Amino acid sequence: METHVEVTDTRTIVKSTTKTKSKKLKSAITIGLFVAPALIVYTLYVLYPIFTTFIYSFYDWDGMGVGTYVGLQNYLDLLKDAIFWKSLTNNTWVVFTSVFAQIPLGLIMALMLFAPIKGIKFFSSIYFFPFLMSTVAVGLLWVLMFDPINGMINQLVNVFGFENIAWLSEPNTALFAVLLVIVWQFAPFYMILFKAAIVGIPEELYEAAEIDGASSITKFFHITFPLLMPTIVSSSILAIVGSLKAFDIFYIMTGGGPNHGTELLGTYMFKQAFINFNMGYASAIAFVMFFLALLVTILIQTMDYYRKKRGAYV
Amino acid sequence: MTIRFKKIPLYVLAVLLLIFTGFPFLYMISTALKSRSEFFEKPFAMFSSFNLENFQSVFEMGLTRYFLNSALVSIVAVFAVMIIASLASYPLSRMKFKMNKVLFLLFISGMMLPIHATLIPIFKLSQSMGIFDTLWALLGPYIAFSLPISIFILTQFMQEIPKSLEEAAKIDGCNHFGIFWRVILPMLTPALMTVLIYNFIHLWNEFIFALVLISSPESMTLPLGLQDFKGEFSVNIPGLMAALTVASLPILVVYLFSQEKVVKGLAGGAVKE
Repeated sequence: METHVEVTDTRTIVKSTTKTKSKKLKSAITIGLFVAPALIVYTLYVLYPIFTTFIYSFYDWDGMGVGTYVGLQNYLDLLKDAIFWKSLTNNTWVVFTSVFAQIPLGLIMALMLFAPIKGIKFFSSIYFFPFLMSTVAVGLLWVLMFDPINGMINQLVNVFGFENIAWLSEPNTALFAVLLVIVWQFAPFYMILFKAAIVGIPEELYEAAEIDGASSITKFFHITFPLLMPTIVSSSILAIVGSLKAFDIFYIMTGGGPNHGTELLGTYMFKQAFINFNMGYASAIAFVMFFLALLVTILIQTMDYYRKKRGAYV
Repeated sequence: MTIRFKKIPLYVLAVLLLIFTGFPFLYMISTALKSRSEFFEKPFAMFSSFNLENFQSVFEMGLTRYFLNSALVSIVAVFAVMIIASLASYPLSRMKFKMNKVLFLLFISGMMLPIHATLIPIFKLSQSMGIFDTLWALLGPYIAFSLPISIFILTQFMQEIPKSLEEAAKIDGCNHFGIFWRVILPMLTPALMTVLIYNFIHLWNEFIFALVLISSPESMTLPLGLQDFKGEFSVNIPGLMAALTVASLPILVVYLFSQEKVVKGLAGGAVKE
């Protein structure tokens, strides 16, 4: 009898442990089934390619067959490549323009949406238009606007008594022109971010300030602006990371020219890979882009972490 | 009177911004409505004529094909993303397991990623899969690069759904798939709308993957086709402007009919609640 009881006891114990084990396994399978489709696509088209780009960057390779392993040579060449540095400088210009022109303009546009004037609904609909247009269409439209002879911009320039300018054929004016278009296209995006943030500011704050006799300027600098700070920070993050990735509008409007005047890491990488077929060298440029994006992200996350730790997070 | 006078600078600023943002559109449409000779006579006259010939010739030049290709690939990719991303978001937001946080970070870090870091391997991959230069080649990258933002939006939303609903379903004998299908999915509609709008607009306008993975006109999407038009239309600017107008139209129409949703959708990925 005794042994029998023992046996059943161990049986139940064994049964229950296998039960928890099988339950665990079952839930692992469930999770796996839910995540698998996304993970497979993501691994195939994002994770594996990044890893492969890193490997390719150690090869001298024209895209056909097997390349020659060259170690760090591509990266060393990159350091001596004036066009690479020019591209990096131009990327920095895009960052500055995004942070110091797009974001302030976006903020002004958002504030306008709350201005006590008639027809603001109509205004706001139109303000958003540029962001909806395909970048290719934006680029081609502005190439025509900047046309030296048939362009609208030179017409305007003539009104102010200046000569026609060949905007896109001079390195300096070309960079300025493309940056202007970038501001035009993306300011509306920051406008909607700020609009959402302004809506979130409690009305009572303004009412209290009004009772204290605050002017609209005081109200802006003491209520609106400080409370928009988190949005300004997150917009800047988006702008910086976005600027590292910039490609489309430059490729369409100037192709990186004239004389590399508007070359970016993105356009230079594309040319090296798919026009010159220096796939190894292009991979090194691409990996630098990845590394910079990673660096910026880690930097911002760390800053954010300490900001939250200090309790300064609004 | 004084109040009205005070408002004048506001109106001036509002109108200046209106011109800055809206004028290029007017210019595009009014040029598209001109005949070629008219454009050379008076390129800056606004709406001097109403001539639909350019639109007709643009469609004859193959724009229809590009238009259909774009519609096909972006619609299929968006629906695939909606399904795949909501499936993945369910355990990531509502189940506790060891790799949860790591997986989540892995997915959403894709938002920061420069596409260039994946271009060459994806180019080689699509060649070795034998799908290079077909719309199939675009589908994979389009889905993969839409996942991070979609999973981000959907997990944020799913976390807000009360746990009690799920427990009630559990008591009724639902397993996880049942809970997902019967409880979570029906409540997900607003978030799925955001995912749909955000991704559709981005994929409709996507350029760089199309540039790398497509070379023949039969498979070109609208942005790539437009860029191809550039050369053909170097002498026919009104024609080019008509093509640009047609390409921008679908998104503008969607926007005009559901402005609030589009704006929310586009901000959805970036605005942290």
